[in-house]
Amino acid sequence: MQGTLDSTPTAPTAIAHEEHEDLRVLGLLTFLASEFLMFCGFFAVFLVFRNSIAEWPPEDTEVELLLPAVNTVILVSSSWVINLGTKAIKHNDLAGMRKWFGITAAMGAVFLVGQIYEYMSLGYGLQTNLFSNCFYLMTGFHGAHVFIGLLLILGVLWRSRRAGHYSDVAHTGPEMAEIYWHFVDVVWIILFTLIYLLTLI
Amino acid sequence: MAQADLQVNIPVASPSHPHPDKWKWYDYFTFNVDHKVIGIQYLVTSFLFYLVGGGMAVLMRTELATPDSDFLSPELYNAFMTNHGTIMIFLWIVPAAIGGFGNYLIPLMIGARDMAFPKLNALAFWLNPPAGALLLASFYFGGAQAGWTSYPPLSEITANAAQTLWILAIVLVGTSSILGSVNFLVTMWKMRVPSMRWDQLPLFCWAMVATSILALFATPVLAAGLILLLFDINFGTSFFKPAAGGNVVVYQHLFWFYSHPAVYLMILPIFGIMSEVIPVHARKPIFGYKAIAYSSMTICLVGLFVWVHHMFTSGTPPWMRIFFTISTLIVAVPTGIKIFSWVATLWGGKIRFTTAMLFAVGLLSMFVFGGLSGVTLGTAPFDIHVHDTYYVVGHFHYVLFGGSVFGIYAAVYHWFPKITGRMLNERLGQVHFVLTFIGTILTFTPMHQLGMQGMPRRVAMYDPQFAHLNQLVTVGAYILAVSVIPFYLNVIWSWIKGPEAGPNPWNALTLEWTTDSPPIIENWEILPVVTHGPYEYGLDNDPTLEATPSP
Repeated sequence: MQGTLDSTPTAPTAIAHEEHEDLRVLGLLTFLASEFLMFCGFFAVFLVFRNSIAEWPPEDTEVELLLPAVNTVILVSSSWVINLGTKAIKHNDLAGMRKWFGITAAMGAVFLVGQIYEYMSLGYGLQTNLFSNCFYLMTGFHGAHVFIGLLLILGVLWRSRRAGHYSDVAHTGPEMAEIYWHFVDVVWIILFTLIYLLTLI
Repeated sequence: MAQADLQVNIPVASPSHPHPDKWKWYDYFTFNVDHKVIGIQYLVTSFLFYLVGGGMAVLMRTELATPDSDFLSPELYNAFMTNHGTIMIFLWIVPAAIGGFGNYLIPLMIGARDMAFPKLNALAFWLNPPAGALLLASFYFGGAQAGWTSYPPLSEITANAAQTLWILAIVLVGTSSILGSVNFLVTMWKMRVPSMRWDQLPLFCWAMVATSILALFATPVLAAGLILLLFDINFGTSFFKPAAGGNVVVYQHLFWFYSHPAVYLMILPIFGIMSEVIPVHARKPIFGYKAIAYSSMTICLVGLFVWVHHMFTSGTPPWMRIFFTISTLIVAVPTGIKIFSWVATLWGGKIRFTTAMLFAVGLLSMFVFGGLSGVTLGTAPFDIHVHDTYYVVGHFHYVLFGGSVFGIYAAVYHWFPKITGRMLNERLGQVHFVLTFIGTILTFTPMHQLGMQGMPRRVAMYDPQFAHLNQLVTVGAYILAVSVIPFYLNVIWSWIKGPEAGPNPWNALTLEWTTDSPPIIENWEILPVVTHGPYEYGLDNDPTLEATPSP
């Protein structure tokens, strides 16, 4: 039967809260699976328009490749840099983690600045036509996610000032920031392919 | 020496989780992270919104008692029609069945002290009240006019401010739903008491696994569609504006990709509740445990690929009509498996007609009827005939009211003793059941005939030839309105003065009945050990057998 006897009857302890294993990484992955589906909704809309509208992109809404390509290289390599950071903290190298996370944050900031520069240099705005609607909405939403990722990284850096907050046995925070950053990266690769590469072909 | 041992064993709350012995009434109005508090917060909030949404329905039925528009202005009627649907789905059934019973029961059923992420859980709940406030505030701007589906172009050309508030409200409850699902999935996956195998997981939990997966994958797609709609209304984009090359059918796809699975969100937890209530009150092992568990997962999977059956009249190409007709009819198979399993569980059982059981059996009859009209609607040729008529309204109220609401009632009568520690009054419960049963049949059955005769849905005025049946429907609606009075009285009175329930008034075997009623904070002094399945009633080793007098 379902008794209320403890499996180890000699130890009637533990009325207090028992700590369960750290499930935060699993929770984040589950959440990101959901978040990814939102982007899939946008991708689907973009593809429907791309395949159903005769002139795509319409005249006067060309995309340029150089700046976004540079941006892509920066963002994709930052994913590698942030991984060095979490590797460092897993070896209890706090200074190393701070260095690599700092570089990642800088790369993310450069990406965002580049994105804004691109917006300003393009000759069309959000409302110009259906292509520009999609372009600004999708890159804008991705940019917002980059910004949140940047805040997460800065949050990790802020907390790392406290001695012993992160170590080789306590590194869930940096790990989660890394996972989120990879997510942002993967979404960007798909976006870049859809909006820039497919459009220029 | 004993003194020393005691010193070691004295229970102390760990400093990171300080909590009192018992919650005070005002703890229920705070950002409390106890899953039981959150469950009650969800339940009470949703039962309040049930009254708001129900009030709107009564006003609409009063308007529809006569063919002319003589009680509500058409704009106000549209606003009530839109918000009745929205509130009943997003602020009543979903938060009551998933948020309320899911949060309250899952940790108790799997032998956990709380959910995996208690703070996230509290955050998910506290997204709901602002969403309700936004919907109510939208009436200041005339109220959203375009129905709960909010199809463009109608949603983009009517009551822009109210429509924007509506979108924000839905995004809030959608976010709540996603965060809740993350919590449910991780909790059930990782926090079962170590002695509980997957095949000892109560069927309500299986249903919640399926529900959570659906919410996790479908809700964000709706969010994407609503964000595009928001931009169209407020920021001058033209995703759904045909004049500028946009495509309204794209919205319909995004909307129904979520909103068809949403009907499974509203019924899968109810199926789970049925699988708990029926064996307890029939004193028999559930028939086909694995079949019921896997059929939940099948509904979850197939349910993601049926959404176009809402769009058979949206210029859908023939291959899509064929594909989605077939996939829709396939859903009837796992659903039928469940129905047959419950009937087989009842068969030969020592049935106790408690109010919980009355509602469960009532649900069974209602849902078979609503399920059959669903099969007719799933076939494209018939669907085109009755599309956007009262036949559709009759069908989905049969499954949502006769299904989901009956299920929530059954769950309240079943678990109220656990949640409050007090028994509900059975006599008032029977009155409640009889009124609800009659009211449901009287309200929603004539709608099928009205639809077959061609009465369109969502309008305040109609052709006089439909007047008689509409008056019948309105009488039914009034009976339903009256039916909630004994229920609310019963709940309030019993919560204060009802007889003590004790830990296990139904002699049930699932884990939530092994602790006090109401359960202590963190649920058990010492976690229970699972040594048998959750439904082994009436077998030789049934530990409740002695306690149950044979009839």
